[in-house]
Parts: sequence; structure tokens; C-alpha cells
Amino acid sequence: MSAVLETMDAIPDGMRFHERCAAASLREVTKRYGKDVIALDRVSLTLGNGEIVALLGPNGAGKSTAVKLMMGLTAPTEGSARVFGRDPLFAGNRLRTGVMLQVGRAPEMLRVREHVEIMRGYYPHPLSFAEIVRAAALEGIEARMFGQLSGGQKQRVLFALALAGDPDLIFLDEPTVGLDIEARRRMWAEIRSLRSRGKTVLLTTHYLEEADALADRIIVLNKGRVICEGSPAEVRSMGAAVTAKSQSPERDLRAAVAGVKLLSFQTKLSREQIMNLAGVRAVDVSGMRVTVTSSAPEATLRELLALDTELQGLEIKSPALEDAFLSLTTQE
Amino acid sequence: MSSTALSLPYPYSTVNRIFTIFMRETRYEFVRAMRTKAFSLSVIGFPVMFYLLFGVMNRAEAVHGQIVARYLLASYAAFGVVGAALFGVGVGLAGERASGWLELKRASPMPPLAYLAAKCVSAVAFGVIITGILCLIGTLGAGVHLRAAECFGIFGMTFVGGVPFACMGLLLAMLLPANSAPGIVNLIYLPMSYCSGLWMPFSLLPKWMQHVAPWLPTYHLAQLMLRVIGYAQPSETMRHVSALLGFALLFLGCAWIAFVRAEADA
Repeated sequence: MSAVLETMDAIPDGMRFHERCAAASLREVTKRYGKDVIALDRVSLTLGNGEIVALLGPNGAGKSTAVKLMMGLTAPTEGSARVFGRDPLFAGNRLRTGVMLQVGRAPEMLRVREHVEIMRGYYPHPLSFAEIVRAAALEGIEARMFGQLSGGQKQRVLFALALAGDPDLIFLDEPTVGLDIEARRRMWAEIRSLRSRGKTVLLTTHYLEEADALADRIIVLNKGRVICEGSPAEVRSMGAAVTAKSQSPERDLRAAVAGVKLLSFQTKLSREQIMNLAGVRAVDVSGMRVTVTSSAPEATLRELLALDTELQGLEIKSPALEDAFLSLTTQE
Repeated sequence: MSSTALSLPYPYSTVNRIFTIFMRETRYEFVRAMRTKAFSLSVIGFPVMFYLLFGVMNRAEAVHGQIVARYLLASYAAFGVVGAALFGVGVGLAGERASGWLELKRASPMPPLAYLAAKCVSAVAFGVIITGILCLIGTLGAGVHLRAAECFGIFGMTFVGGVPFACMGLLLAMLLPANSAPGIVNLIYLPMSYCSGLWMPFSLLPKWMQHVAPWLPTYHLAQLMLRVIGYAQPSETMRHVSALLGFALLFLGCAWIAFVRAEADA
């Protein structure tokens, strides 16, 4: 067994099988800027073929750096990045990837149509112009100069440029910044339809709702580290576990999961009494209302209702992704 | 899929596609620059205006046997293409680098050379437009006589001159922050042009300036332009050509180093 493992380690790039099959991966990547700033700290992540993965984290978490590493725009200080099993700098990769970066300003005196045509021309088998216009909702603004567009329209043009080449792997760095709700939903629908066509998508976002709505898998980054990783439901429950035990180190986090609920109600019971109930991990009192985080909600409820027969206004919630996210990223 | 198609390093369709990319990139770079009035009007307008003011107004003047209107036609052609290159490539690229647009382009399958070539060719195209206008004004308005060969030569030097200054623009784009780039480029461009005799006959400049001038790339382009119309020493031609070539390589090399350094921090 160990011999097998050694053989695998002897592969020049140390790539494991699933990494070779993956659309893209980072392996133990550290990226430093100058001497002091660490943008990514031993980050490993893998994008499976046909997956939508969300990199979730606050500003400065290292999300854009991860994208740039996979696009070959910057090189890792340590570790390695792979795209389609090759170095991200391999020119052929670019023909199979599309990217939407946070761009301050695109050339303003080119028309939307011209921007799209230029990008289409880079790829051997691009989407048709009409299809791009439809997917990015550019109807009616094709002839406008980029500089005349609203913020949301500019964002949609940049989205169109990412789709233009009909690439297999698409990086979307904060795609829906500045979009109104309707435009955001429409872009989400397009991103989902990419998956149905077998495309792999990596999107970065600090909209928790967005990661929840789109991703098959969420990778939470903070301060350059992967804090947790899993399906939206898993990340949600991990977040609650952290809320409950805010001191718990990361390795406990993955174990202390499923079944966490938030119970909210009005009661005459004291804080101490509630703390002593089965399964209670945290108590939060605001005015008359008490919110309890419980890892065994049924047991907690049974004891709670027995103790306080006049309990009112009971609500049971799954912790929102937002809570999960905040608790994950604020712990340190 | 025939075996011949596989044995070629690049199939015909790829070559064709890349050629089309170069053409399209260049066309739109030129169209974009032309539509950007702040750029096109000033880059074309300044040499033309200066020539009208200093060339046409002094149409009867001669300095050391050289007709001023004729001299300035050649020197402002140089001034024009240098401006188009420094502002088109330098300021343009600095802005696109700062806004993140260059990064998006680099992440795309665009051949990097297409991007640079488009900027360079577009600058030369502006230079050709300026030279064309100057030739029209000179021959129609200032009584300058140009033989076909001379006219051809001035256009030729406009082409040649665009390249080293496109390289200089590239270097400036790597070094200058985008918001101060236009100002700093002007601070380099205008004095450099003046010292090289682009605004007035070189022999009228102070002696010390005449000694500094050979260290400026614009001086060598000006001398080559003047050589075309018979106002400079033919024996020095190779020296000026090699000086321009040297400057071009120096700028390119420094730009490359600056680019690699910026990458390490990016």
C-alpha cells in the first residue's frame, strides 16, 4: 500500500488521479506579494468537470488571486496550479477557458458588438453572436459604446466576453456586482444552463445567497486559507457548529456538523436554565426573544416545552448561509 | 483529418485565424483611437497647428540655406509620429493596464503580440495621416516642392520612426501610473522634441542643446527625416539608423524587465 502511494508521489507533478481528470486544481499553493502579504496560504482545491464551484469569502480573502493563478496571470510562490492537467500558461488551455475579471474600465469607444466580435474571433469555435446576446441579455444595446453603458450593462458585456468562445471552463470573478435583482437572477439562470451543457464554472462571490443558489460546492476562503468546503447544506451546518462553539478549531468543525438548528421563542426561563438544556450550544437573548443554537434540536425542544408551558412564538430555522459564512470567516 | 494536416505544426485554419485576429485587433484599435476625440484631435491637431504657425507663417524664411517650411515639414512629420506612438501606445497601455483590461486580454486566447502590434500599427497609421496632412499643407499652402521620392521617403521614415517610439511608449506604460501618464509623457515628449530640432531648425538651438541632442532618440529620427529632403549629412545615416535601433532594443529590454517585475508583484 505504501509502495503504491510512493509510486504515485513519484509522478513528476505529484498529481493524483482525480486532479488529472479535474478541469482545474490548485495544489498546496502559497502566493505571496512582496515579503509580508500572503494572499493564499497552502490552498488546495479542485474543480471537477461539469461542476459549479463557488469561492466564497470577504474582500481580500484571496479569491481573485486563486482565479488569477488558474488563469496563469500570476505564478504561485509555492505549490502548483493545473488546468486541464497542464500548466495554466499552456496556450491551448486559453482556447478552452473564458474569464470575467473585475475590470475597472474596458475600452469605452468600442461598441458592444465590436467587443463581442473581437473576443469571439480569438476562439476557433465561438458561440454565435445571437446566442451570446441572448445569454448575456444584451438585446438592444449591441450598438452602444461601452462607455455609455450603465454599471449593470457593463457587467453583462463582460459576462458575454467570458461566454463568447463557448469555453469548457469559465472563471467568473464577482459576476453579479452592480446588477439589479432581475438581472442577477437572469445571469444565475445562464450560469446554471452552462452546467447543463457540461461546462465547469468557478465563481467568486461575497454574496452568500449567490453561492447557495448556484454552486454544487462552496469553498470558503478567509485570509488566504480554505476554512471549509462542501455542499451549500454542509457549509450551512458547519457554520452553525462554529456559531455554537466559537472556539472550536477547524478540524472539529468538519466533525461537528449536521442537524444544527436555530430555535427562536419567547420565554420566562433564565439564560442559565436554557444553557443547561440538552443539545444547546449557544444562547442569544435580544429583548423578549431568545435564540438558541442546538445540535440536538428535538431533545432541546422536548426539555424546553416541559420546563416552560407558556412558551410562545416558537420558530425553528436552519441557519442561513449568511450566518454560517459570517461565523466561519470571523473565527480565528 | 488527413495526415498532412496533422504533420504541419499549425494547420492552415490556425494561421488564417491568427492573421484575422491581428487584422481585427489592429482595425478596432485604430477605430477606437480615432473615436476617442481627446486623443485623435490632439495627436493630429498639434503637429498640424504648429506647422501652420511656424512653417506656413515663415514660408519665405531660410536658415543657413535651408527653407524653414521645408525643414519643418520633415521635422513635424517626425513630431507627429512620435506623439502618436508615445500617447497611443504609452498612455493607452498605461490606462488599460491600470483598469485591469490588459489582464483580461492576457487571460483570453489573444496572441499577446497581436495586442502590441495593433497599438504599434495604429500609432503608425496616425503618423501617416499627420504626414499626409503636413505634405498637403506644405505643398499647397507653404510652397514646398517635394519630389515623389522625397515624399515617399518621408512616409517611409514615418513608418520606421513609429517602431522605436512605440517601444518607448511600451516602457513608459510599464513605469508610469495611469492617472499621471499623460502629464509625464508630455513632460518627456515636448522638451525632447524641442531639443532635437523638431520645432525649429536645429542650427538655431543653443550649442549645449545641440550637444545633448544625440542622446535623444527623436534627434536621430529627425536627422533621418531631414536626410530624406537633403537637409542632413548623408554620411551619418547609418549612425542614426543604428542609434534608433539601439534605442528600440533598449526600450524593449527595459519594458520587458519592468513587465516581469510587475508580474512578480501582481
